[in-house]
Parts: sequence; C-alpha cells; structure tokens
Amino acid sequence: MGKTIAEKIFSSHCGVHCRGGEYVIAEPDILMSHDGNRPLAIDVYEELGMEKIYDPLRTILIIDHHTPAPGETNAALHKKMREFSKKYGTPLHESEGICHQLLPERGYVTPGSLVIGTDSHTCTYGALNAFSTGVGSTDFAVAMTYGKLWFKVPETVRINFIGKLPTGVFSKDLILSLIGQLKANGAMYMAVEFCGDTISSLSIDSRLAICNMVVEMGAKAGIMPFDDTLDEWLRGRVRREFKPVYADEDAVYKEVYDFQVSNICPQIARPHAVDDVVPVTEVEGTRINQANLASCTNGRLEDLRVAANILKGKKIHTDVRFNIIPASREILLDALREGIIQTLVESGANINNPSCKGCSGGAMFGVPADGENIITSSNRNFKGRLGNPNAFIYLASPATVAASARTGRITDCRTFLG
Amino acid sequence: MLLKGKAHKFGNDINTDYIISSKHKSKFKDIKQMSEYLMEDISPGFATKIAKGDFIAAGTNFGCGSSREAAPRVIQEAGISVVFAVSFGRIFYRNAINVGLPVVECNTDKIKDGDLLSLDLSNNFLRNETKGVVIKMNPFPKFMQLILEEGGLPNYVKKFGFKI
Repeated sequence: MGKTIAEKIFSSHCGVHCRGGEYVIAEPDILMSHDGNRPLAIDVYEELGMEKIYDPLRTILIIDHHTPAPGETNAALHKKMREFSKKYGTPLHESEGICHQLLPERGYVTPGSLVIGTDSHTCTYGALNAFSTGVGSTDFAVAMTYGKLWFKVPETVRINFIGKLPTGVFSKDLILSLIGQLKANGAMYMAVEFCGDTISSLSIDSRLAICNMVVEMGAKAGIMPFDDTLDEWLRGRVRREFKPVYADEDAVYKEVYDFQVSNICPQIARPHAVDDVVPVTEVEGTRINQANLASCTNGRLEDLRVAANILKGKKIHTDVRFNIIPASREILLDALREGIIQTLVESGANINNPSCKGCSGGAMFGVPADGENIITSSNRNFKGRLGNPNAFIYLASPATVAASARTGRITDCRTFLG
Repeated sequence: MLLKGKAHKFGNDINTDYIISSKHKSKFKDIKQMSEYLMEDISPGFATKIAKGDFIAAGTNFGCGSSREAAPRVIQEAGISVVFAVSFGRIFYRNAINVGLPVVECNTDKIKDGDLLSLDLSNNFLRNETKGVVIKMNPFPKFMQLILEEGGLPNYVKKFGFKI
C-alpha cells in the first residue's frame, strides 16, 4: 500500500514506516516561535528549568505580532526574546516581517521537511512541499530541548483543482470557496494534499495563501506538489540539499474531491465566521469604513501589485481608511522599486511596517469603532478579532479589498479588472 | 478520583479568540489576570459564574482557530477541571493535554447547561447526575492519559523519558 506525502514525511522523520492515525515521535527540521504567544515559548522553557537547546540553529525566533512594541508588556517580552537569542545562539528576526513570509523567503523551509511553529498558520509552508503545522508553547519548549515531539500522523484529504481561474478570481477566492463548502470542521485533523492543473498555474505567493488557510477548515497541514515553479522559486533561497516528496500512485486517501474552478466567482467570508462564504455579489454595495491589505495570507508582492493596478491614478473613498502592511521588508523594498507604494500612498492608503498588524488584535492597530465594517485580506473574522467585538469583519482577496476601498462599498473587483 | 461539578454548555466552533481575546495579550502580564476574561466576547462575566471544579461542555470543533496555549491555561486558571466536546480543534487539543487539562470527546448532546456531572477519568466513567444517564467517552491513548496524570508534557518527559 502506498503512502501519502504526509505519511512519507513522518516516516522519514521518525525512522519507522507510519500511517495516518498512528502516534509517533518525530524530529522537526525547523522550529519557529514568535512574540504573540502567551505564555512565550521561551518562558515555558525557562520556567521548567530546561538547560540546553537541542539545536539553536533550527530554533527560529521572530518578533512580528506586536511590533514596534505598543506598550510596556510587549516591550518587556521583546527584550526577553533578544536576550534569549543572544544567550543561546538562536536566530532572531525582528522588524523584518511576518514569520510565515520570512521562513519561506529566507530559505528555512525545504521540500520534504517537517516544520513546527507556535502559530496556527504555520501550515502556510506546505506550499513548499513540506509538512508544516501549528503547535503550542509547551510543545515548542519540549521540542526545543529534546529535538523531538509527539505527533498523530494525519490521514489525508486530496483536493484536485481543475481548470483555469477566470479573470478577477484569485487563489484567495479558491480557498474561501473550499472553506465555505467543507466548513470549519470539514478537514479536522487531516493533511490536505492539493493537486491539479490549477495549482500548477499558480505562483508561489498564491499557493502560500491557499495553504495558509487550511487551518480554518480544521486541517493539520496543507501540502502542495513539487514542480518547476517551486524549484525555480527556491533557487538562491535555500541553503541545504533537499529531496522533493511525491505521493505514491496507490496512496490511500480519506476523501478525494475534484473541483472545477472555471465557474468560481470572487468570494467573501461574512462576519463572524470564516466558513460563512458567499459570492461577493451577494453583499455588494455594503458600506465599509476600513480596508486592510495585510497578513501572512495576502500581504505579498502580487497582492500589493493587484491593489496598485486597481488604484493607479485613483483615490480611495473619503469614508474609508485603507491600511497596507507588506508581509516582509523584502516585499516592501520590491514594491517601492516597482512604484507600487507610491501609487498606493497617492491613493490615500497608509503604509505600515511589515508585521502582523491588521490581522492580530493584540497589535492594537486600526481598531474599529462600534458598528463599523472592515474588509480585509487576512484569515479570520471572529468577533473581536481586531480589538472591538462590536465591529464586523469581511474576508476577501486583495483585489476585492482594493476595489472596495476605492468605492467605499464592497465591490466585485471584476468591475476594474479585465 | 471522582470529579463532580456543574457543566457550562457552549455551542459549536467556539474558537480560541472567543476563549481569550488577543487584545488581552497586550494588556495583561499573566494567565491569572487574563482568566477573568474567559469567553468575555460571547458570554460577558462568564468567569465569575464558575465554581472551582466545574466543567465546560461544548459541541463540535471546540478550541478551533489560533494555537494560543493561553486558551487551555485560562480555562484551567478560571477553575474548570475538564472540557467535554463532540470534537476539538487539534492545536487546542494537544495544548490542553500538554498543560494537563483533560479534554474528553463524547456526545455532549446529553449535557445541558447547569447539569451536574460525575467523572472518573482513570476508570473511563462519566455520568450526568441531573439526567441520570451514563455517557460514553472516547478513551485516550495510554501515553496521553499518563501525560494528564503527570500534569502535562514536561513532567511526563522528565519521569518517563520521550516515549509513547
């Protein structure tokens, strides 16, 4: 009986052949933790009197959630992380961007690797043909000390996307559509393997957005195939040898779904549930007060570029605040070189430092007032997500967000594209 | 050991933002302070209604959303001894086990808000005393039971080494 990609990656990282449903102890290649956790993973490590780190160089610390520090509490935690990094020799990235952009961008993640991070959107790196999953602070403290962790090997759902995405429809619309159909518990504990000609046609930025949101269907990981596009993207970024992983022809899947994408239209998740997904046309015309182009889901160069295309030479609506948070410094620099930032600033948008602003409520950034509607390119719209439970958050593609910022109402981006 | 307490009932898809909102991460220094805001955005004042040793009973997908370990920790700190649900968000599930908070899968349709429950985890026994019914629980793998008995993963690893 053949193996799924998840079964192969776990087998190679725990030293025995294993199958979905089994419990194993496996050695992760990369461990990531950031400043958004309470308690901090490093606090759990120190409280428990752990004395050594298994491999500092694979233990990556990131300050991205609440930066620059919005108050003394966060300032103290950041100082602690800097001191910890110096003491133990773990890489620390501060002011450089969001963890889920930095780890792929800086070549930490390779095909076939096993990655854990103290963040639910750690599943993002599955786009690089890796098995990558979210864990908690205690998991991290233990894994950092012993170099290994307990896992339940997931069964796998295979999703086959067929066809070409129509103009004005993007990978965010695709994943929102999928979540809307499978629902918040539709892939619980599963790995999701994506395949099909649609995936082959997508950029890595677009694939990262899809894998990023599998957690919103309850999945443990999302995994994309290794292909020439990925090979090209990795060149010059990764520092170590890797071996891509392919599912066996006779791998056994829990479910296999085929989705024809040529009929999909722009999608939107309504407040307050990620799986309450409808076509944008159903809520078109709803007034908005704030638009955020941000997050580890959609804060990348192609997202900023499409927003700039829609806003070139135009102004955002007078009743709208438009916040733009590029996912990394590298993206910000590329966007500056391309004139994207100029276009967006001229339209009336606010540009902010690469961080988790605009998505994580703990950043205390752009908190909406009572009764306000916000449209965002991020990944969660739970009540209170942006710091005020009396506001309403809609999730959409960057193109839909930009089109809506332009008109002041939720707008089908195809009005302005193609 | 027999645990007895009142059940506080919640619905489906109770996410970790509802369990403990992000905004408290920047206001408060520790879990004890945060625990006063348990479920605040969906049930204001909930923490004040908990007697030590009470239970939470929920529908499907309890603890979905973010990986915040603060979620099971504030639940423990507020005085809840066990969480029952039809199913759990997977990161919340492993975080709860790792910090020693029992998370039990069972049919919670048989539990209503305010029902009195008796639980003996080591003997796999749960009874709704108010309704007079025994409820079947999905048992834990042995190593998870031991992790819970030791009060969490670090103690377990120190005592037994890294094995399952």
